[in-house]
Amino acid sequence: MSTMTFREATREAMREALAADERVFLMGEDVGAYGGCFGVSMGMFEEFGPERIRDTPLSESGFVGAGIGAAMGGLRPIVEIMTVNFSLLALDQIMNNAATLLHMSGGQFNVPLVIRMTTGAGRQLAAQHSHSLEGWYAHIPGLRILAPATVTDARHLLRPALDDPDPVLIFEHGGLYNVSGEVEPVSSVSLEGAAVRRAGTDVSIVTYGGTLPMVLEAAERLAEGGVSAEVIDLRSLRPLDDATIMDSVARTHRAIVVDEGWRSGSLSAEISARIVEQAFYELDAPVQRVCSAEVPMPYAHHLEQAALPQVADVVAAADALVGHRV
Amino acid sequence: MSEPGYYRMPSLGADMEVGTVLEWYRGPGDEVHRGDLVALIDTEKAEIEAEIFQDGTIGELLVEVGVTVPVGTPLATVVPVGSQAAAAAATATATAPAALATAVAPAPPPPAEPSAPAAVRPIPPAPATVPRRGDRVIASPLARRLARDRGIELADVSGSGPGGAVHATDLDSGPTAVAAGVERTSPRREPAGDADPRRAIARLMARSKREIPHYYLAHDIDLEPALRWLAAENETRPLAARILPAALLVRAVAVAARAVPELNGHWVDDRFQPATTVDVGVAITRRGSPLTAPAILGADRLDVGATMAALRDLVARARRGGLRASEMAAPSITVTNLGDGGVDVVYGVIYPPQVAMVGFGRIAERAWASDGMVGARRVVTATLAADHRATDGHTGARFLGAVAHALADPERLQTTEEDR
Amino acid sequence: MTATSEHVHGHGEGHEVDPRRGFDRLRSMLLIRRFEERCVELYSATKIRGFLHLYIGEEAIAAGVMPSLDERDAVVATYREHGHALARGVPAGAVMAEMYGKVEGCSRGRGGSMHLFSRDRRFYGGNAIVAGGLPVAVGLALAYRQLGTGGVVACFFGEGAMAEGEFHESMNLAALWNLPVLFCCENNLYAMGTALARSESETNLALKAAAYEVSAWPVDGMDVDAVAEAARRATAMLRAGDGPVFLELQTYRFRAHSMYDPDRYRAKSEIERWRERDPIVLARTRLEDAGLLDESAFAGLEAEVEDEIDEAVAFAEAGTLEPVEELARFVTSDPALTPALEGGDR
Repeated sequence: MSTMTFREATREAMREALAADERVFLMGEDVGAYGGCFGVSMGMFEEFGPERIRDTPLSESGFVGAGIGAAMGGLRPIVEIMTVNFSLLALDQIMNNAATLLHMSGGQFNVPLVIRMTTGAGRQLAAQHSHSLEGWYAHIPGLRILAPATVTDARHLLRPALDDPDPVLIFEHGGLYNVSGEVEPVSSVSLEGAAVRRAGTDVSIVTYGGTLPMVLEAAERLAEGGVSAEVIDLRSLRPLDDATIMDSVARTHRAIVVDEGWRSGSLSAEISARIVEQAFYELDAPVQRVCSAEVPMPYAHHLEQAALPQVADVVAAADALVGHRV
Repeated sequence: MSEPGYYRMPSLGADMEVGTVLEWYRGPGDEVHRGDLVALIDTEKAEIEAEIFQDGTIGELLVEVGVTVPVGTPLATVVPVGSQAAAAAATATATAPAALATAVAPAPPPPAEPSAPAAVRPIPPAPATVPRRGDRVIASPLARRLARDRGIELADVSGSGPGGAVHATDLDSGPTAVAAGVERTSPRREPAGDADPRRAIARLMARSKREIPHYYLAHDIDLEPALRWLAAENETRPLAARILPAALLVRAVAVAARAVPELNGHWVDDRFQPATTVDVGVAITRRGSPLTAPAILGADRLDVGATMAALRDLVARARRGGLRASEMAAPSITVTNLGDGGVDVVYGVIYPPQVAMVGFGRIAERAWASDGMVGARRVVTATLAADHRATDGHTGARFLGAVAHALADPERLQTTEEDR
Repeated sequence: MTATSEHVHGHGEGHEVDPRRGFDRLRSMLLIRRFEERCVELYSATKIRGFLHLYIGEEAIAAGVMPSLDERDAVVATYREHGHALARGVPAGAVMAEMYGKVEGCSRGRGGSMHLFSRDRRFYGGNAIVAGGLPVAVGLALAYRQLGTGGVVACFFGEGAMAEGEFHESMNLAALWNLPVLFCCENNLYAMGTALARSESETNLALKAAAYEVSAWPVDGMDVDAVAEAARRATAMLRAGDGPVFLELQTYRFRAHSMYDPDRYRAKSEIERWRERDPIVLARTRLEDAGLLDESAFAGLEAEVEDEIDEAVAFAEAGTLEPVEELARFVTSDPALTPALEGGDR
């Protein structure tokens, strides 16, 4: 098994895809000559040329729509929207075209498009550059939403996303790019569903993407205190893997959802509702949520850290659950 | 597509439901052609000139200017070109055929539009069936709290939720199957919905008086033979197993309930449903709590000794809070014995959905005439409060007669076979 | 600069009148015209619901452009697209059934008037977001170019779309990447109720488009032969790889924006003036003057068109409704992902 960073794993996945299928190409702002805003596509421009690593002007709606058209026209585009923050400019194309065309046309037109976006906060980029909107996108029927949190998933989730005849959005948390890890062989990886990253008996902690490392650290802390936490990495936000979540809750009887989005109307709310619907009689206490504070993300470091979910928050929530204080 | 004969209020927009004719551009006798503008219509959003889609002659205007009507309402009659009436219509003044005389025509049935399909929404997947594991009972938080408050064992409650999960309302519902395997169907009592038993009783009593037409019968019963028998019986028994008169009375009621089954059962869905077993409810007081009336199940099959044991056990558990839901569930008849309270006669209030409440006052010496002689005998007044929908006084009298009959011959109280 | 686009009048000189083509174009326009008129009637009778945007007056554009496209090419249109669908060869029955909401409709009844789709005809809708289809057209052209299919993409939109950011992004992308997109701007002078001069600082639309380094010129949109000639030239350029082309097709809609529009923002005299240049009348007159059409031939055409529409309506009337159980079908392609539905009204 090889060790690499999340960034490198993403790049490898794309290189492999482009090499294997000439219909696949990458399109987005600064993906070519610049090597990608976050360095993900570094070197690919030189390797594959300007037609397949296609730099676009600052036209999110335009090039996302073009990606939709290209997909309908027979290509397999990977559209990179620099960050989820800029995706709002393309929301009409994503929702009204990509997600909708298959159903609206009565099944005539598939949109086999992959959109990759960087997401999340924590680098003092302030309110307009720190969103976590993957939960919002998970609201939309017709889209598949992925959130790789490990190097292995970054390496191996792109292929099935490209093979999917329907649109797939992949959210990469900016804080994960530098994380290093071993890449397990694809044969040992399930390409669908959630993954139990740590087995436990006292509380089920459900999370995804950028908050996974933080939650695993919280689980370590809890273990030192005698609380055995089971950590579930969702991997796919739409569809959600209800079975894995409910199976866990049925064993631990306590659940916490950790989500970097704002709690109101978020993915954590959806998961909480599903746990209540499907595992009500297993719960020994209400479902807890650890989310970002309901504020536009501030610039000052201490304020940003106060707004984001932290290890201490997760530990406190678990302790309260186990200690029957909720 | 135009329906010859009528010009109807057109739909001029996605959310237009009604319209008002502001002005008629054409009138009776006017020739019209497809595409002609015939009226100015106020659609509530805008004023739009509306066209007609048929050739013909306007017959009669059915809706006056300024009147608001639903889309589809006939606004005018149109005589198609070439029809025999055309010539007449062209010169006629507005005289209405009788059926169309109203100024505001009733809205016709809407054109056969596909009915909006029932909104089908994805149902969340069925909850994972949760089996009971070992001692663990699956119950809602509310059910647990209520069970705790009422002293009910959750394990004995039959849950109506998924996988047998117990809900609050299950605490009042029918009893679980008896160990003997007899199927019981007891109608559900009104759900308490309230942790305060006092409020629950209050509601029950109010409902009883509101819904049940009570009639009352009383019968004085000479208890001397029974009490003498009891004294002799108790001499052979250890102290702990001594039988109290109350057990005799309960037993007599059980026997009578067998003999006169019209008073043993429930009034449900506008009819009497006889109970297949005799479960005699016994009103028990608990210090600081209002009356509770759990049942001695299968009382007709218990001899006096067993009845006493059951009574003793029930009272003890009621006082310490260990009653089971099946006992709390609807008895088929209830006895209230207020003899200890010092009153002579008890006029009971029936616990719905039962149809009878038997009352006993105190057992006391009274002057009693029999065989032409007057003496002092221990007498108890038995009363029957009964639901007049289920029985009449005649049947009630038979019941009290059966109670007296049973108490007159105590040996017979020991018989547990059906004595029909 | 506020000069309006000069109104271009093609008076027939310089346009060869090919009898067959001329006849076909007239038939195409007539089919659209009568179809749209029938839709008005059906809408008033509540057979068609939702929004209805009619192409009456603008028929020459669809009828003139479509013959220059073949089966390799794609069409992207707007919510006012009945005429484009018919001219492109989508059967009238399928279009009518779609508006009736029947499963036999070209979008299984899911789209309605604004979302006509046909895979067979490479007809990519039917888009209800103004300018929403333009980036998609750019992407289709990108794919065709990369795959070497030789196809071009004709993209129709109103002049109102030129105010949307997506128009500018799409023009820029198409020009930058040298894509075979035919941008057909149907300038009917009003974006719903807003006149051109009140929404565009530069009302010379061909000039505005030319700023993106594309070939752009105005065309008399009421003259079907002028439109056809422009389309012929444009598609030849596109197939030669000369980059995108923008046509400003000057036209007028004789009816309101949609069924519910009281049309208060236009003077009746203006409408009357444009009606004098009714494209059907123009084409018919030209053919008659050239001795290629007479009264009875035209009457025969009308009858033929009437029959075709009657059949389409009958087809729609007899159509069936998609079973409710199929509601979630085609949300995604994976049946396993289709949310499970249980029957019953919730």
